Amino acid sequence: MFSDYSMSELGAIFAMQGFAGLILFSVFVLMALGLAIIFGQMGVINMAHGEFMILGAYVTYLMSNFFADYMPALFSMYFFVAMILAFIASGALGLFVEWAMIRHLYKRPLDTLLATWGLSLILQQIYRSVFGAREVGVSIPDWMMGSLPVTDLIEVPINGIFVMVLAVSISLAVYILMFKSVWGRQVRAINQNRVMAGAVGINTEWTDRLTFGIGCGVAGVAGAAFTMIGSTGPTAGQLYIVDTFLVVVFGGAASLLGTIASAFSISQAQSIMEFFLSGSMAKVLTLLTVVGILMIRPQGLFALKLRK
Amino acid sequence: MSDKSPKSPFAAPSRRAVLAGGAAALTASLFTPKALRAADYPTAEVNTTGLAVTDDTVTIGILHSITGTMAISETGSVQAEKLAIDQINAQGGILGRKIEYIQEDGASDWPTFAEKAKKLLVNDKVASVMGCWTSASRKAVLPVFEQYNGFLYYPTFYEGLEESPNVIYTGQEATQQIIAGLDWVSETKGAKSFYLLGSDYIWPRTSNKIARKHIENFLDGAKVVGEEYYPLGHTQFNSVINKIRLKKPDVIYAIVVGGSNVAFYKQLTAAGIDPAAEKPIVLTISVTEDEIRGIGGENIEGAYACMKYFQSLENENNVAFVKAFKEMWGEDIVIGDVTQAAYLGPWLWKAAVEKAGSFDVDKVRAATPGIELTSAPEGYVKVHENHHLWSKTRVGRAQADGQYDVVFETADLVEPDPFPEGYQ
Repeated sequence: MFSDYSMSELGAIFAMQGFAGLILFSVFVLMALGLAIIFGQMGVINMAHGEFMILGAYVTYLMSNFFADYMPALFSMYFFVAMILAFIASGALGLFVEWAMIRHLYKRPLDTLLATWGLSLILQQIYRSVFGAREVGVSIPDWMMGSLPVTDLIEVPINGIFVMVLAVSISLAVYILMFKSVWGRQVRAINQNRVMAGAVGINTEWTDRLTFGIGCGVAGVAGAAFTMIGSTGPTAGQLYIVDTFLVVVFGGAASLLGTIASAFSISQAQSIMEFFLSGSMAKVLTLLTVVGILMIRPQGLFALKLRK
Repeated sequence: MSDKSPKSPFAAPSRRAVLAGGAAALTASLFTPKALRAADYPTAEVNTTGLAVTDDTVTIGILHSITGTMAISETGSVQAEKLAIDQINAQGGILGRKIEYIQEDGASDWPTFAEKAKKLLVNDKVASVMGCWTSASRKAVLPVFEQYNGFLYYPTFYEGLEESPNVIYTGQEATQQIIAGLDWVSETKGAKSFYLLGSDYIWPRTSNKIARKHIENFLDGAKVVGEEYYPLGHTQFNSVINKIRLKKPDVIYAIVVGGSNVAFYKQLTAAGIDPAAEKPIVLTISVTEDEIRGIGGENIEGAYACMKYFQSLENENNVAFVKAFKEMWGEDIVIGDVTQAAYLGPWLWKAAVEKAGSFDVDKVRAATPGIELTSAPEGYVKVHENHHLWSKTRVGRAQADGQYDVVFETADLVEPDPFPEGYQ
């Protein structure tokens, strides 16, 4: 398929294809981080993860309208405000949901799965009633649209760079929170031995709630970022949920590093195969590979070493 | 889940006169615009099969998804059907009887569609049903309509390959939507190479199959340089965009739907392929004014869509239709191709019932071929023997404000051909 092209053209295409893989990687990391925190550290399967993301997207939509109407001069900067508010809104909803629902179901994983699935349906219908069944168009500031011409042939989408920078910053923030902060230590202690952690004076209930809230908040930020590349509608969250679970489970539920490694391998595999095969076939092969590896290594790529 | 039709807010004589003219074209009342009187049509005579017809009302069903993932698309159809019913009632109804409707929610779930269809036909005994949107939902209700001899008006443009005695297809079948558009882009833009792209299900695949046959067999020297499908809901198109860059086609022929649509156009623009530059030309059959709202006009400006109806059509019927639609559903609403096709349903049924002089499904069916509407917003349409509509094909160019600028329309009505020979 390449015989008709010159070396420089091919080089340019492969550079851009590599970049496309990196963008996909960043998108996966953003999607999966929130879920990895919740699933990995608390063992809660949050089926409503996509809806928490879309809440962030709707916050962005509201902010874009608000800035366009009242502060047009600052419109080019609204996206940052929107992301912060998306974190707060999704995080607050997460805290509430944990208090009202999740904490009663900690020892019943299948029930949390059903309950959060129900929650996702409820949230979808709320979005539909409030914002309408149709997708909303979020206007993005001009500087975030378009592409940067690197050479004559290579063009790099700006929103891709933005998503990558965001993915790296959020990963760093989560890493610092997890491994350098008091909360992070408490979360890890609870994860290893809940009873013992409680005995040494850690407020396990509050830590759980905060963990769930932070996980949902990160999902909200991801949702805000995805208004640049995807659709914002009541059911748009469903588009992400399967890939998100795939990344988290493949990576090894309890390991954030595993999530990142798995996001990287799945995104690269998929993006390369999409280039050489058709889209649907690439997806099938990716899923088959993941299933195959999980059969050999059910705990995922990276597993926490625990004495049983 | 059922509600009754509200009293009509539309009684303005001017609009009534405009609309009445066409809808009654084939009835005895052609030159006497006053409504037919129920007394002239005794219930025992116009309803011999036990349908829900009384001396002053007739009940029909509306069956669309109001909840679930398809609500986004089907809402417009429901709105159009209710508007048409209101307008017909304001003119005096059908055979002197007001239309009442029972609305059921298919909930984006195909078995639910079948179950609700059965409820409408068996329990409510509705005289006809306006409904369904996806092909999957139509296929689900088809056996029900055929078993209980119901009559369905189906609004969506679809892949063809179907012709049921119990369905009137008011949207385009695939050849009506595809062929004229390809001819146009080949003749006026000199396009020679095409990249076919679609979501992975029956409609895009069947449509692209027809497109490929047409390009390879009927367009001089044109070829297909790529054909690709992505799963429904796919949101990452950077790889295929790179592939398109490598193949340098003259035309990207895109049949992407739903949330994927939004992602595709946003990423296309972000990757530096601006549809407005026409390098390559973007031609689609899956983006109506409704979808542009989600995509954002600035992301798709300059792309071409091939449809039979655009909100911006400048004719008397359409101006009145858009005005009435906005009065009923709000000033900032947009009207897409399927919404207009859904609007035709109640009017076509009215014309058929009046021609038959009866609500009986068999008589209405017999009267249906040859029914004409001069009042359709898209212009004159006519029902073919095969239960599809003769209608024009048009090409519009997307503008930043989310509307289409109509750049081409076929000179004549295009014959519907649901089983196209040489295209299968």
